Amino acid sequence: MSSPKPIQLILARQLAASLAMPILLVDTEGMLIFYNEPAEMILDQRFEETGEMALDEWTRRFALADEDRNPIAAEDRPLMMALSEGKPYSRTVWMRCGHREWRHVSITAFPLIGEAAQFLGAQMIFWEV
Amino acid sequence: MRATLWGTRGSLATPGPDMQRYGGNTSCVGVVGREGTMVVLDAGTGVRRLAASIPPETRRIHILLTHLHMDHIQGLGFFGPLYRSDCEVHIWGPGSLTMQLKARLMRYFSPPLFPVSLSELPCRLAFHEVRSGEFDVGEFRVSAELVCHPGPTLGYRITDPGGGVLVYLPDHEPALAALRFPSLPREWTSAGTLAHRADLLIHDGQYSAKEYCGHCGWGHSSLEHTLAFAQLAEARHVVPFHHDPSHTDNDLDRLMSEAIEVARPEFRVTPGMEGTTFDV
Repeated sequence: MSSPKPIQLILARQLAASLAMPILLVDTEGMLIFYNEPAEMILDQRFEETGEMALDEWTRRFALADEDRNPIAAEDRPLMMALSEGKPYSRTVWMRCGHREWRHVSITAFPLIGEAAQFLGAQMIFWEV
Repeated sequence: MRATLWGTRGSLATPGPDMQRYGGNTSCVGVVGREGTMVVLDAGTGVRRLAASIPPETRRIHILLTHLHMDHIQGLGFFGPLYRSDCEVHIWGPGSLTMQLKARLMRYFSPPLFPVSLSELPCRLAFHEVRSGEFDVGEFRVSAELVCHPGPTLGYRITDPGGGVLVYLPDHEPALAALRFPSLPREWTSAGTLAHRADLLIHDGQYSAKEYCGHCGWGHSSLEHTLAFAQLAEARHVVPFHHDPSHTDNDLDRLMSEAIEVARPEFRVTPGMEGTTFDV
């Protein structure tokens, strides 16, 4: 069983579950604690099947490259920037899930900060360019 | 511990001949520990009568506010111990993201809403900002957690030295945005873990299932959701509370019966009526 979640993460999950854009929700350590149905095609599996996934596991599931198709290092991915710097971060990239075609997407990641500046995790949203 | 319901009504005080059994006073529960710790859960209009029941030798009282909506603080100005110089009153509750608890309460304790300001109260008054976490109140261990309700709102779990657990969630909408409830495990449900295996769960049950459909997002539960939440939390005894002002005694009898008939709960359900006492 996973740990109890603060209300802000519970509400973030509920909101993500009702939106049509792919959304990933991670905790402060980068553990993927939820992704919505539209994000299942990125992770290539349903959340009900995978449950929570550790950082190194879920980041392996799709490749990111910059506009010139150079691979983006794990620590430079938008979600990692949001986690490590505590700031929102947007970037347009090429993304490849498994062996499918590269897709041109815009990614926005932002930290979730609660009462008394409590850092709760981060959320990442994908937009087709 | 012994818990007494002094106000069970939600939103607005509702006195009247049709409301006598369930009561018309707004949210207030008195909790007294075996060692004498005196805790008041919310200061709705029921707190005035609670104050009259406090033994005169009591010198220290703790008021735990879940949030600062009017129906949960309106009785505070009429709480007798605030006007006793031999009394120490500790007020615990949530600040907002921009204002401290004391500053938020001063909005009520100032003209034109109220003629007496906080600084004029003769008691020794202490404010304690509560965030999600644990703290001690006399003989009790208290866990607080932000819960699903508009604005900063806390739920409280009170554990006595003997291990008895009372959980107080008077304003709570754990089913918000869920297509069916419950559909997620406890740890992904607002206050699901806070209420786990409570001996006594006092929980929002403002609406019927039909009424809830028109009030989704208002921060309250239907009676069906109350019973489903209690089941998920594995509570042993649940008290539906914070009754809608439009519900008469007869309405509440019927709504409670219907909800219990549908849910067929394995735990005990006691509709929240003003004056009822529970030993936990």
